[in-house]
Amino acid sequence: MGKNISIRGGTAASTEYLLEARGITKMYGDLAANNDVALKIAPGEIHALLGENGAGKSTLVKIIYGSIQPTEGELYWLGEKVHIANPAAARNLGVGMVFQHFSLFEALNVAENIALALPKDIDIKDLSEKISEVSKEYGLPLEPTALVADLSVGERQRIEIVRCLLQEPRLLIMDEPTAVLTPQEADQLFLTLERLASEGCAVLYISHRLDEVKRLCHDATILRMGKVVGHVNPQQETAASLARLMVGADVHAINANREYNPGDTLLKLNNLCQNADGPFGVSLLDINLDVKAGEVVAIAGVAGNGQSELFDAISGERTSSSAATIRIDGRDSGLDNITLRRKNGAGFVPEERLGHGAVPGLSLSENIVLTRHSDDDGLSKSGFLDRESAVAINERITRDYDVRKGKPDPEARSLSGGNLQKFVVGRELDRKPKVLVINQPTWGVDAGAAALIRQAMIDLALSGSAVLVISQDLDEIFEVADRIAVISRGQLSDAYASSELSLEKIGLLMAGEHEKKTTIQDEKVSA
Amino acid sequence: MKLVLEKRSEHSELMTLMSPVLAIILTVITGAIIFAVQGLNPFSALFVYFIEPITSLWSFEEVLVKAAPLILIGAGLSVCYMANVWNIGAEGQLTMGALAGSFVPIIFSSWQSPLTLVAMLVMGALGGAAFAAIPAFLKNRFNANEILTSLMLVYIAQLILDWVVRGPWRDPQGYNFPQSIAFEGWQLLPILGSGRVHIGIILAIITVIILTVLMNRTLKGFEILVIGNAPRAGRFAGFSRKKIVWFTLLLSGGLAGLAGIGEVAGPSGQLQTAISPGYGFTAIIVAFLGRLNPIGVFFAGIMLAITYIGGEAAQITLGVSDKTAQVFQGVLLFFILACDTLILYRIKMLGSTKQQPVAAE
Repeated sequence: MGKNISIRGGTAASTEYLLEARGITKMYGDLAANNDVALKIAPGEIHALLGENGAGKSTLVKIIYGSIQPTEGELYWLGEKVHIANPAAARNLGVGMVFQHFSLFEALNVAENIALALPKDIDIKDLSEKISEVSKEYGLPLEPTALVADLSVGERQRIEIVRCLLQEPRLLIMDEPTAVLTPQEADQLFLTLERLASEGCAVLYISHRLDEVKRLCHDATILRMGKVVGHVNPQQETAASLARLMVGADVHAINANREYNPGDTLLKLNNLCQNADGPFGVSLLDINLDVKAGEVVAIAGVAGNGQSELFDAISGERTSSSAATIRIDGRDSGLDNITLRRKNGAGFVPEERLGHGAVPGLSLSENIVLTRHSDDDGLSKSGFLDRESAVAINERITRDYDVRKGKPDPEARSLSGGNLQKFVVGRELDRKPKVLVINQPTWGVDAGAAALIRQAMIDLALSGSAVLVISQDLDEIFEVADRIAVISRGQLSDAYASSELSLEKIGLLMAGEHEKKTTIQDEKVSA
Repeated sequence: MKLVLEKRSEHSELMTLMSPVLAIILTVITGAIIFAVQGLNPFSALFVYFIEPITSLWSFEEVLVKAAPLILIGAGLSVCYMANVWNIGAEGQLTMGALAGSFVPIIFSSWQSPLTLVAMLVMGALGGAAFAAIPAFLKNRFNANEILTSLMLVYIAQLILDWVVRGPWRDPQGYNFPQSIAFEGWQLLPILGSGRVHIGIILAIITVIILTVLMNRTLKGFEILVIGNAPRAGRFAGFSRKKIVWFTLLLSGGLAGLAGIGEVAGPSGQLQTAISPGYGFTAIIVAFLGRLNPIGVFFAGIMLAITYIGGEAAQITLGVSDKTAQVFQGVLLFFILACDTLILYRIKMLGSTKQQPVAAE
């Protein structure tokens, strides 16, 4: 299972392939985003590129599209070695790409938007006819004179696809195309892609949705931590075997000698629903979760499935429509703002350190005031700031959490990522919160700082607080969590004891096994 | 070939403080060139313009008279701009403050008590604040750009003033001139000394002190700083951006209104169709030249007041156009913004033939 890695073609470049990548390595400092990656795409093939976040999918695709250059390795186009210097060179070869986030001008109409990507001397009338023609031919209904602002996300994606098709690509790259689509729109898209493939155009389809890949793709290359870990025929695999390949079969060390005696529920999410905030936002649908005193609960999931929306809803940066949806330490807090929730004993650490968790241009002591101005430690007395207290608290936090800094009270922006993260986490832990919600606690942080932060979260839970960790890092989750739930397209699975949750199960949950398919589409329509 | 601005990884603290000095030097050099082109001796022209106003007591007093409204408005605007709220309509708020404050002496013309003056100043500040409330409401409710709304309201305020002075509030004994009755006694600001300097400059100094404390010592000032710097972090801190929009616009509008009634109850002594030589717009330059810092604004206000007086002197002595002062102010703002931009960015040339890195489409 998962071992049927087929190798097609010999070592010599074969003209059988439209595109062949050999030994692609891309280094970012010491980190290999791609490590000796090989990829072969035949004409007329729909080829899936599977992998978790950070597996190296985007890096590989950007190299193929000429946005970045590989550190090592070669690309062959129809057997010829090519150097793709920039996206224009890629387009000249016949590579088209539809990005997950569209670059469209809302105030312009469909034809004008497409004209912007084409040579300057193009006649809008001819173009409009051509757009209608192409869009009809491929089942992508589009009105050339419609204003982009009035169009749905699915229709906007059609504009991007038509824009690529007009350049008659031989390889079309689609980056997570269904992430923003309703199920019907996705079905329509699959028909279009199949039609394209039947005409000989190859499609490189990036996704982590296993059911789609099984249904649509002829071939799949699976990446994990920058390396190719499998090359399979998805039709012959089960969703479970694909999931195992994607997530990996490493045994995760579970901190077994930890006592687990959960107490009262300190954080309760009760049928929490929230509409998406803008076209690329994710709606939260009927989320239920209990986090008890003395435990660490983790929420796993691929980025962009509602994690930041859930964080904002729990922190109170977006308040809920009814008080009962969020209960913090026995108080219905759905209508409370973030300051009230903090006063009620909650602490929050957002994903973005700079600009969200801390103000880049302000000093560390001023950044202490940012989240603690309404605490009882007197940082603000009847509207006046006590800067000396802030400096003293900063000294304590930077000492206790080993924040390394050049000056006594430097600007937040001058700290390295790991040190700033220790500061942002330490600022909350120093308050001894009863409930701590922390989003991507060790994202982009060096190993030493990550270990310190993880230990601090576990210690906080052991001291009787409830800790909720939102993370994409499964190693981290298995290291710290007592229970694990998975979020996918704004829906949260049940929470399972981490000792009982297999990697196969977690992979299936990440691919959306627990989603209620019918309701989500109603929700998207109404959103 | 293409020019692009590339963000500098770090910027010099020293140059941030030097930027206004550099801008003034560049403005003086540009001024010398302008005078030379007009066939004047640039050195004597610059002397008339920048030095003479502070050499005699009379003209120095005039500098203070003109600096008072510039400092009042500029200090308010600097707080506003710190919050990333761009009130461009201080001239209109000044006009409405003048109108609202004049309500007291014109309607209750026989009321003479120290309270009369207090009532006028309070009404002036309220009038300016109320007029600034319009862009604040539109921004918070409809996300309307305050730069446009506050600017357009300037013309509305000026036309209302014009109508009031020519119509309902025209002095019946005024030979049909478009002006109100002349204010007297407690309807006028007390004079300091024997010249024309009135207590407006004291109000300006008090304002500078209060706003310095506000920005450095209070939670409200901290909120303004955070919202202006990183709105997302402001939301995380539990600060309301809408409340800051209200606060900063009402504050800057109120101070502009105070400056307006100060003009009417001070140098002018009555309501006229023209009560300000563009103080509300010049104060924008004052705010930037003063580094959006109330104490800096104090010195910048004096500096810009000198260009007004120097402009008048140059008109009389050298016969240059009275628009020269405005040219100088415009050139000064241009150089401040240019210096600030070059502190944060460097200019980079991109060759069209050269292969250029493209991050992502």
